[in-house]
Amino acid sequence: MTLTATSIPVVWRLARLDFDPVRQQRVLLYPEGVVLLNDTGGAILELCDGHRSVADVAAILQERYHRDVTADVIDYLSQLLERDLVRVE
Amino acid sequence: MSSNHPTTLLAEITHRCPLHCPYCSNPLEMIRANRELTTEDWKRAFTQARELGVLQLGLSGGEPLVRPDVEDLAKHAHTLGLYTTLVTSGVGLTRHRAEKLREAGLEHIQISIQDSDHAVADRIAGMSAVPQKIAAAALVRELGFAFSINVVLHRANIDRVDAIIKLAASLGADRLELANTQYYGWALENRNALMPTPAQVAAASDVADEAIRQYRGRMQILYVLPDYHEAYPKPCYGGWGRHYLVVMPDGRTLPCHGATQITTLRFDSVRDQPLRWIWEESPAFQAFRGDAWMQEPCRTCSRKEIDFGGCRCQAFALTGDATNPDPVCTLTPLRTIIDKAVREATGPPAYQYRYLSLETERT
Repeated sequence: MTLTATSIPVVWRLARLDFDPVRQQRVLLYPEGVVLLNDTGGAILELCDGHRSVADVAAILQERYHRDVTADVIDYLSQLLERDLVRVE
Repeated sequence: MSSNHPTTLLAEITHRCPLHCPYCSNPLEMIRANRELTTEDWKRAFTQARELGVLQLGLSGGEPLVRPDVEDLAKHAHTLGLYTTLVTSGVGLTRHRAEKLREAGLEHIQISIQDSDHAVADRIAGMSAVPQKIAAAALVRELGFAFSINVVLHRANIDRVDAIIKLAASLGADRLELANTQYYGWALENRNALMPTPAQVAAASDVADEAIRQYRGRMQILYVLPDYHEAYPKPCYGGWGRHYLVVMPDGRTLPCHGATQITTLRFDSVRDQPLRWIWEESPAFQAFRGDAWMQEPCRTCSRKEIDFGGCRCQAFALTGDATNPDPVCTLTPLRTIIDKAVREATGPPAYQYRYLSLETERT
Protein backbone atom coordinates (compact mmCIF):
# COMPACT_ATOMS: atom_id res chain seq x y z
CA MET A 1 0.00 0.00 0.00
CA THR A 2 1.33 3.43 -0.88
CA LEU A 3 0.55 6.80 0.55
CA THR A 4 -0.55 9.80 -1.52
CA ALA A 5 -1.59 13.36 -0.72
CA THR A 6 -5.24 12.31 -0.57
CA SER A 7 -4.72 9.34 1.79
CA ILE A 8 -6.22 9.67 5.25
CA PRO A 9 -3.69 8.26 7.69
CA VAL A 10 -4.59 7.18 11.20
CA VAL A 11 -2.49 5.78 14.02
CA TRP A 12 -3.04 2.03 14.56
CA ARG A 13 -6.11 1.38 16.70
CA LEU A 14 -3.95 -0.35 19.32
CA ALA A 15 -1.29 2.37 19.49
CA ARG A 16 -1.38 5.38 21.79
CA LEU A 17 0.42 8.68 21.29
CA ASP A 18 1.73 10.12 24.55
CA PHE A 19 4.27 12.55 25.94
CA ASP A 20 7.06 11.18 28.14
CA PRO A 21 8.07 13.76 30.75
CA VAL A 22 11.22 11.74 31.56
CA ARG A 23 12.65 11.92 28.04
CA GLN A 24 10.81 15.19 27.26
CA GLN A 25 9.72 13.54 24.06
CA ARG A 26 6.55 12.28 22.37
CA VAL A 27 6.23 8.50 22.24
CA LEU A 28 4.06 5.99 20.43
CA LEU A 29 3.08 3.08 22.67
CA TYR A 30 1.55 -0.17 21.44
CA PRO A 31 1.52 -3.86 22.39
CA GLU A 32 5.11 -4.85 23.17
CA GLY A 33 6.53 -1.78 21.48
CA VAL A 34 7.66 1.83 21.86
CA VAL A 35 8.67 4.38 19.23
CA LEU A 36 10.48 7.45 20.56
CA LEU A 37 9.33 10.24 18.24
CA ASN A 38 11.36 13.26 17.22
CA ASP A 39 9.65 16.67 17.24
CA THR A 40 8.66 16.48 13.58
CA GLY A 41 7.37 12.92 13.83
CA GLY A 42 5.32 13.77 16.89
CA ALA A 43 3.89 16.86 15.20
CA ILE A 44 2.87 14.80 12.16
CA LEU A 45 1.24 12.00 14.14
CA GLU A 46 -0.66 14.38 16.38
CA LEU A 47 -2.42 15.71 13.29
CA CYS A 48 -3.34 12.26 11.95
CA ASP A 49 -6.83 12.12 13.46
CA GLY A 50 -8.54 9.91 10.89
CA HIS A 51 -10.19 12.94 9.25
CA ARG A 52 -7.28 14.93 7.84
CA SER A 53 -5.63 13.84 4.62
CA VAL A 54 -1.86 13.85 4.12
CA ALA A 55 -2.33 17.13 2.22
CA ASP A 56 -4.27 18.63 5.16
CA VAL A 57 -1.53 17.61 7.59
CA ALA A 58 1.17 19.00 5.32
CA ALA A 59 -0.72 22.29 4.92
CA ILE A 60 -0.93 22.82 8.68
CA LEU A 61 2.77 22.04 9.11
CA GLN A 62 3.66 24.29 6.21
CA GLU A 63 2.20 27.23 8.10
CA ARG A 64 4.26 26.27 11.11
CA TYR A 65 7.56 25.64 9.34
CA HIS A 66 7.17 28.07 6.40
CA ARG A 67 8.09 25.51 3.72
CA ASP A 68 6.47 22.72 1.73
CA VAL A 69 6.76 19.57 3.85
CA THR A 70 4.49 17.27 1.81
CA ALA A 71 7.34 15.00 0.72
CA ASP A 72 8.64 14.74 4.30
CA VAL A 73 5.18 13.90 5.64
CA ILE A 74 4.66 11.20 3.00
CA ASP A 75 8.14 9.80 3.62
CA TYR A 76 7.68 9.69 7.40
CA LEU A 77 4.18 8.20 7.37
CA SER A 78 5.22 5.64 4.75
CA GLN A 79 7.84 4.30 7.13
CA LEU A 80 5.24 3.86 9.88
CA LEU A 81 2.79 2.39 7.35
CA GLU A 82 5.40 -0.20 6.46
CA ARG A 83 5.56 -1.16 10.16
CA ASP A 84 1.73 -1.23 10.37
CA LEU A 85 1.80 1.49 13.05
CA VAL A 86 -0.13 3.81 10.75
CA ARG A 87 -3.06 2.68 8.59
CA VAL A 88 -4.83 4.48 5.76
CA GLU A 89 -8.54 4.80 5.22
CA MET B 1 29.82 2.35 31.55
CA SER B 2 26.88 4.72 31.30
CA SER B 3 23.29 3.55 31.09
CA ASN B 4 20.37 4.85 29.04
CA HIS B 5 16.69 4.94 29.90
CA PRO B 6 15.07 1.50 30.10
CA THR B 7 11.83 1.15 28.14
CA THR B 8 10.34 -2.06 29.48
CA LEU B 9 9.74 -3.66 32.86
CA LEU B 10 8.53 -7.22 33.22
CA ALA B 11 6.99 -7.67 36.66
CA GLU B 12 6.87 -11.36 37.55
CA ILE B 13 4.47 -10.72 40.40
CA THR B 14 4.24 -14.39 41.38
CA HIS B 15 5.69 -17.72 40.38
CA ARG B 16 2.47 -19.50 41.36
CA CYS B 17 0.61 -20.91 38.37
CA PRO B 18 -2.07 -23.55 37.81
CA LEU B 19 -0.25 -24.69 34.66
CA HIS B 20 2.94 -26.76 34.64
CA CYS B 21 4.38 -26.15 31.15
CA PRO B 22 7.77 -27.86 30.77
CA TYR B 23 9.23 -24.87 28.86
CA CYS B 24 8.32 -22.29 31.50
CA SER B 25 10.64 -19.28 31.54
CA ASN B 26 10.55 -19.11 35.33
CA PRO B 27 13.75 -20.26 37.03
CA LEU B 28 14.07 -23.84 38.29
CA GLU B 29 14.23 -22.49 41.82
CA MET B 30 10.90 -20.73 42.09
CA ILE B 31 9.92 -18.25 44.75
CA ARG B 32 7.18 -19.22 47.16
CA ALA B 33 4.18 -17.06 48.01
CA ASN B 34 5.53 -15.98 51.40
CA ARG B 35 8.53 -14.35 49.70
CA GLU B 36 6.45 -12.29 47.24
CA LEU B 37 6.52 -8.50 47.29
CA THR B 38 3.49 -6.74 48.76
CA THR B 39 1.11 -4.57 46.75
CA GLU B 40 2.81 -1.43 48.09
CA ASP B 41 6.26 -2.78 47.16
CA TRP B 42 5.12 -3.32 43.57
CA LYS B 43 3.51 0.10 43.33
CA ARG B 44 6.70 1.74 44.56
CA ALA B 45 8.73 -0.25 42.01
CA PHE B 46 6.40 0.81 39.16
CA THR B 47 6.62 4.48 40.22
CA GLN B 48 10.41 4.26 40.29
CA ALA B 49 10.40 2.49 36.92
CA ARG B 50 8.38 5.29 35.33
CA GLU B 51 10.76 7.88 36.82
CA LEU B 52 13.60 5.93 35.24
CA GLY B 53 11.95 6.09 31.81
CA VAL B 54 10.07 2.78 31.60
CA LEU B 55 7.06 3.03 29.25
CA GLN B 56 5.98 -0.59 28.87
CA LEU B 57 4.96 -2.79 31.79
CA GLY B 58 4.26 -6.52 31.68
CA LEU B 59 2.27 -7.94 34.58
CA SER B 60 3.40 -11.52 34.39
CA GLY B 61 4.18 -14.58 36.44
CA GLY B 62 3.59 -17.45 36.93
CA GLU B 63 -0.05 -16.66 36.57
CA PRO B 64 -0.50 -13.03 37.65
CA LEU B 65 -4.23 -13.53 38.30
CA VAL B 66 -3.34 -15.78 41.24
CA ARG B 67 -2.74 -12.53 43.09
CA PRO B 68 -5.90 -10.63 44.06
CA ASP B 69 -4.21 -7.24 43.65
CA VAL B 70 -3.60 -7.32 39.86
CA GLU B 71 -6.44 -4.83 39.29
CA ASP B 72 -4.95 -2.48 41.88
CA LEU B 73 -1.50 -2.77 40.30
CA ALA B 74 -2.90 -2.20 36.80
CA LYS B 75 -4.68 0.93 38.02
CA HIS B 76 -1.52 2.31 39.56
CA ALA B 77 0.42 1.60 36.37
CA HIS B 78 -2.22 3.34 34.29
CA THR B 79 -2.10 6.40 36.55
CA LEU B 80 1.65 6.55 35.91
CA GLY B 81 1.04 6.50 32.14
CA LEU B 82 2.55 3.06 31.57
CA TYR B 83 1.30 0.92 28.68
CA THR B 84 0.44 -2.27 30.53
CA THR B 85 0.10 -5.84 29.33
CA LEU B 86 -1.35 -8.66 31.40
CA VAL B 87 0.51 -11.85 30.49
CA THR B 88 -1.85 -14.63 31.49
CA SER B 89 -2.76 -18.24 30.86
CA GLY B 90 -6.38 -17.04 30.79
CA VAL B 91 -7.14 -19.25 33.79
CA GLY B 92 -8.82 -17.09 36.43
CA LEU B 93 -9.90 -14.31 34.06
CA THR B 94 -13.52 -14.13 35.14
CA ARG B 95 -15.92 -11.52 33.74
CA HIS B 96 -15.79 -9.63 37.03
CA ARG B 97 -12.00 -9.44 37.02
CA ALA B 98 -11.79 -8.60 33.30
CA GLU B 99 -14.24 -5.71 33.79
CA LYS B 100 -12.28 -4.45 36.78
CA LEU B 101 -9.08 -4.58 34.74
CA ARG B 102 -10.71 -2.60 31.95
CA GLU B 103 -11.89 0.03 34.44
CA ALA B 104 -8.37 0.12 35.87
CA GLY B 105 -7.04 1.18 32.47
CA LEU B 106 -5.29 -2.02 31.45
CA GLU B 107 -4.73 -1.84 27.69
CA HIS B 108 -3.42 -5.17 26.48
CA ILE B 109 -3.94 -8.82 27.41
CA GLN B 110 -1.79 -11.67 26.19
CA ILE B 111 -3.17 -15.17 26.56
CA SER B 112 -1.03 -18.27 26.11
CA ILE B 113 -2.30 -21.11 23.97
CA GLN B 114 -0.45 -24.43 24.14
CA ASP B 115 -1.74 -26.09 20.96
CA SER B 116 -4.68 -26.30 18.56
CA ASP B 117 -4.94 -29.99 19.51
CA HIS B 118 -6.70 -30.04 22.90
CA ALA B 119 -5.20 -33.35 24.05
CA VAL B 120 -1.65 -32.17 23.39
CA ALA B 121 -2.46 -28.78 24.93
CA ASP B 122 -3.62 -30.52 28.12
CA ARG B 123 -0.52 -32.70 28.19
CA ILE B 124 1.78 -29.68 27.88
CA ALA B 125 -0.08 -27.60 30.47
CA GLY B 126 -0.37 -30.52 32.87
CA MET B 127 -4.06 -29.68 33.24
CA SER B 128 -7.15 -29.06 31.14
CA ALA B 129 -7.28 -25.32 30.56
CA VAL B 130 -8.58 -25.02 26.98
CA PRO B 131 -12.24 -24.13 27.75
CA GLN B 132 -11.15 -21.45 30.24
CA LYS B 133 -8.73 -19.98 27.69
CA ILE B 134 -11.39 -19.82 24.99
CA ALA B 135 -13.82 -18.13 27.37
CA ALA B 136 -11.10 -15.68 28.43
CA ALA B 137 -10.31 -14.85 24.79
CA ALA B 138 -13.98 -14.04 24.15
CA LEU B 139 -14.06 -11.71 27.17
CA VAL B 140 -10.89 -9.92 26.09
CA ARG B 141 -12.46 -9.30 22.67
CA GLU B 142 -15.80 -8.24 24.07
CA LEU B 143 -14.31 -5.72 26.48
CA GLY B 144 -12.11 -4.18 23.81
CA PHE B 145 -8.61 -4.89 25.09
CA ALA B 146 -5.75 -5.14 22.63
CA PHE B 147 -5.46 -8.92 22.38
CA SER B 148 -2.41 -11.04 21.78
CA ILE B 149 -2.03 -14.79 21.74
CA ASN B 150 1.33 -16.34 22.52
CA VAL B 151 2.20 -19.88 21.50
CA VAL B 152 5.48 -21.55 22.40
CA LEU B 153 6.51 -23.87 19.59
CA HIS B 154 8.31 -27.18 20.18
CA ARG B 155 8.53 -30.64 18.66
CA ALA B 156 5.03 -31.77 19.70
CA ASN B 157 3.11 -28.78 18.24
CA ILE B 158 5.27 -27.13 15.57
CA ASP B 159 3.82 -29.29 12.77
CA ARG B 160 0.40 -27.76 13.52
CA VAL B 161 1.52 -24.15 13.17
CA ASP B 162 -1.01 -23.66 10.37
CA ALA B 163 -3.93 -24.87 12.54
CA ILE B 164 -2.60 -22.79 15.44
CA ILE B 165 -2.63 -19.64 13.29
CA LYS B 166 -6.21 -20.37 12.20
CA LEU B 167 -7.25 -20.91 15.82
CA ALA B 168 -5.73 -17.58 16.86
CA ALA B 169 -7.54 -15.81 14.01
CA SER B 170 -10.84 -17.47 14.96
CA LEU B 171 -10.40 -16.27 18.56
CA GLY B 172 -10.04 -12.71 17.23
CA ALA B 173 -6.43 -12.02 18.20
CA ASP B 174 -4.93 -8.72 17.09
CA ARG B 175 -1.47 -10.20 17.42
CA LEU B 176 -0.07 -13.71 17.42
CA GLU B 177 3.37 -14.47 18.75
CA LEU B 178 4.73 -17.79 17.55
CA ALA B 179 7.78 -18.22 19.75
CA ASN B 180 10.06 -21.14 19.26
CA THR B 181 11.25 -22.53 22.59
CA GLN B 182 14.35 -20.87 23.99
CA TYR B 183 16.38 -23.33 26.03
CA TYR B 184 16.82 -21.82 29.46
CA GLY B 185 15.67 -23.01 32.85
CA TRP B 186 12.84 -25.51 32.52
CA ALA B 187 13.17 -25.74 28.76
CA LEU B 188 16.87 -26.58 29.05
CA GLU B 189 15.93 -29.37 31.48
CA ASN B 190 13.47 -30.64 28.86
CA ARG B 191 15.52 -29.86 25.78
CA ASN B 192 15.69 -33.41 24.45
CA ALA B 193 11.93 -33.75 24.64
CA LEU B 194 11.12 -30.31 23.22
CA MET B 195 13.53 -29.61 20.38
CA PRO B 196 12.11 -29.94 16.87
CA THR B 197 14.14 -31.26 13.97
CA PRO B 198 15.70 -28.82 11.48
CA ALA B 199 13.16 -30.06 8.88
CA GLN B 200 10.25 -29.24 11.21
CA VAL B 201 11.67 -25.76 11.85
CA ALA B 202 12.11 -25.07 8.12
CA ALA B 203 8.57 -26.20 7.29
CA ALA B 204 7.04 -24.10 10.09
CA SER B 205 9.05 -21.02 9.04
CA ASP B 206 7.60 -21.30 5.52
CA VAL B 207 4.05 -21.56 6.85
CA ALA B 208 4.59 -18.59 9.18
CA ASP B 209 6.12 -16.43 6.42
CA GLU B 210 3.12 -17.04 4.19
CA ALA B 211 0.66 -16.38 7.02
CA ILE B 212 2.38 -13.11 7.94
CA ARG B 213 1.58 -11.85 4.43
CA GLN B 214 -1.89 -13.38 4.30
CA TYR B 215 -3.09 -11.96 7.64
CA ARG B 216 -1.44 -8.54 7.34
CA GLY B 217 -3.83 -5.79 8.39
CA ARG B 218 -6.07 -8.23 10.30
CA MET B 219 -3.75 -10.10 12.66
CA GLN B 220 -0.12 -9.25 13.17
CA ILE B 221 1.98 -12.41 13.32
CA LEU B 222 5.42 -12.47 14.88
CA TYR B 223 7.51 -15.55 14.30
CA VAL B 224 10.42 -15.84 16.73
CA LEU B 225 13.11 -18.06 15.22
CA PRO B 226 14.68 -20.83 17.29
CA ASP B 227 18.22 -19.64 17.94
CA TYR B 228 19.67 -23.18 17.97
CA HIS B 229 18.75 -23.36 14.29
CA GLU B 230 20.22 -19.96 13.42
CA ALA B 231 23.77 -18.99 12.42
CA TYR B 232 24.08 -15.99 14.76
CA PRO B 233 22.80 -15.39 18.29
CA LYS B 234 19.92 -13.12 19.12
CA PRO B 235 20.55 -9.66 20.57
CA CYS B 236 19.09 -10.52 23.94
CA TYR B 237 16.67 -7.68 24.74
CA GLY B 238 18.87 -5.30 22.74
CA GLY B 239 21.87 -5.91 24.98
CA TRP B 240 22.44 -6.49 28.69
CA GLY B 241 21.06 -3.65 30.82
CA ARG B 242 20.21 -1.42 27.86
CA HIS B 243 16.38 -1.42 27.60
CA TYR B 244 14.86 -4.11 29.79
CA LEU B 245 14.39 -5.05 33.43
CA VAL B 246 12.71 -7.99 35.12
CA VAL B 247 11.59 -7.85 38.74
CA MET B 248 11.09 -11.30 40.25
CA PRO B 249 8.34 -12.09 42.80
CA ASP B 250 10.76 -11.47 45.69
CA GLY B 251 11.97 -8.13 44.28
CA ARG B 252 15.32 -9.24 42.88
CA THR B 253 15.84 -7.35 39.66
CA LEU B 254 17.43 -8.86 36.56
CA PRO B 255 18.50 -7.66 33.11
CA CYS B 256 16.61 -10.62 31.60
CA HIS B 257 14.26 -13.23 33.00
CA GLY B 258 16.80 -16.05 32.76
CA ALA B 259 19.64 -14.25 34.50
CA THR B 260 19.42 -16.10 37.83
CA GLN B 261 21.01 -19.08 36.15
CA ILE B 262 24.25 -17.04 36.04
CA THR B 263 25.14 -18.17 39.55
CA THR B 264 28.25 -15.97 39.70
CA LEU B 265 26.09 -12.83 39.84
CA ARG B 266 24.19 -11.44 42.81
CA PHE B 267 21.00 -9.55 42.01
CA ASP B 268 19.80 -6.66 44.15
CA SER B 269 16.18 -6.30 45.26
CA VAL B 270 13.76 -3.39 45.03
CA ARG B 271 13.06 -4.21 48.70
CA ASP B 272 16.51 -2.93 49.63
CA GLN B 273 17.57 -0.54 46.87
CA PRO B 274 16.03 2.14 44.65
CA LEU B 275 15.42 0.86 41.15
CA ARG B 276 17.54 3.69 39.76
CA TRP B 277 20.59 2.48 41.70
CA ILE B 278 19.97 -1.09 40.55
CA TRP B 279 19.74 0.03 36.92
CA GLU B 280 22.57 2.53 36.90
CA GLU B 281 25.06 1.20 39.39
CA SER B 282 24.44 -2.33 40.64
CA PRO B 283 27.26 -4.75 39.78
CA ALA B 284 24.91 -7.22 38.05
CA PHE B 285 23.58 -4.61 35.59
CA GLN B 286 27.11 -3.28 34.95
CA ALA B 287 28.55 -6.76 34.39
CA PHE B 288 27.98 -7.04 30.63
CA ARG B 289 27.37 -3.50 29.47
CA GLY B 290 29.67 -2.25 26.71
CA ASP B 291 32.30 -4.61 25.29
CA ALA B 292 35.17 -4.61 27.80
CA TRP B 293 33.97 -7.96 29.20
CA MET B 294 33.94 -9.66 25.80
CA GLN B 295 36.27 -12.41 24.70
CA GLU B 296 37.32 -13.14 21.13
CA PRO B 297 35.92 -13.43 18.56
CA CYS B 298 33.23 -11.06 19.93
CA ARG B 299 35.52 -8.22 21.00
CA THR B 300 36.78 -7.52 17.47
CA CYS B 301 33.67 -8.75 15.64
CA SER B 302 31.75 -6.42 13.35
CA ARG B 303 28.50 -7.94 14.65
CA LYS B 304 29.08 -6.92 18.27
CA GLU B 305 26.84 -3.88 17.90
CA ILE B 306 24.14 -6.11 16.37
CA ASP B 307 23.95 -9.00 18.80
CA PHE B 308 26.18 -7.85 21.70
CA GLY B 309 27.80 -11.30 21.84
CA GLY B 310 24.39 -12.98 22.19
CA CYS B 311 22.79 -14.26 25.36
CA ARG B 312 24.87 -14.19 28.56
CA CYS B 313 22.58 -16.68 30.27
CA GLN B 314 22.98 -19.16 27.43
CA ALA B 315 26.78 -18.69 27.41
CA PHE B 316 26.89 -19.44 31.13
CA ALA B 317 24.42 -22.33 31.04
CA LEU B 318 26.24 -24.12 28.22
CA THR B 319 29.90 -23.22 28.89
CA GLY B 320 30.10 -22.26 32.57
CA ASP B 321 31.51 -18.81 31.70
CA ALA B 322 29.12 -15.92 31.06
CA THR B 323 31.83 -13.92 29.23
CA ASN B 324 32.12 -16.53 26.49
CA PRO B 325 30.44 -15.93 23.12
CA ASP B 326 26.91 -17.29 22.93
CA PRO B 327 27.57 -20.84 21.60
CA VAL B 328 24.82 -20.31 19.00
CA CYS B 329 27.27 -18.16 16.99
CA THR B 330 28.86 -20.08 14.12
CA LEU B 331 31.92 -17.79 14.37
CA THR B 332 32.97 -19.48 17.62
CA PRO B 333 34.26 -23.07 18.04
CA LEU B 334 31.76 -23.32 20.96
CA ARG B 335 29.08 -23.85 18.28
CA THR B 336 29.84 -27.59 18.42
CA ILE B 337 27.86 -27.62 21.71
CA ILE B 338 24.72 -26.45 19.88
CA ASP B 339 25.20 -28.71 16.87
CA LYS B 340 25.61 -31.70 19.18
CA ALA B 341 22.44 -30.79 21.10
CA VAL B 342 20.42 -30.48 17.88
CA ARG B 343 21.76 -33.83 16.61
CA GLU B 344 21.09 -35.65 19.85
CA ALA B 345 17.68 -34.18 20.67
CA THR B 346 15.67 -37.25 19.90
CA GLY B 347 14.45 -38.12 23.38
CA PRO B 348 10.88 -39.26 24.05
CA PRO B 349 8.47 -36.47 25.05
CA ALA B 350 8.60 -37.35 28.75
CA TYR B 351 8.42 -33.90 30.27
CA GLN B 352 9.71 -32.79 33.61
CA TYR B 353 6.88 -30.49 34.64
CA ARG B 354 7.32 -27.24 36.44
CA TYR B 355 5.65 -27.47 39.80
CA LEU B 356 5.03 -24.95 42.52
CA SER B 357 2.36 -25.37 45.12
CA LEU B 358 -0.46 -22.82 44.83
CA GLU B 359 -1.31 -22.40 48.47
CA THR B 360 -0.30 -19.21 50.18
CA GLU B 361 2.12 -19.92 52.98
CA ARG B 362 2.93 -17.50 55.71
CA THR B 363 5.91 -17.88 58.01
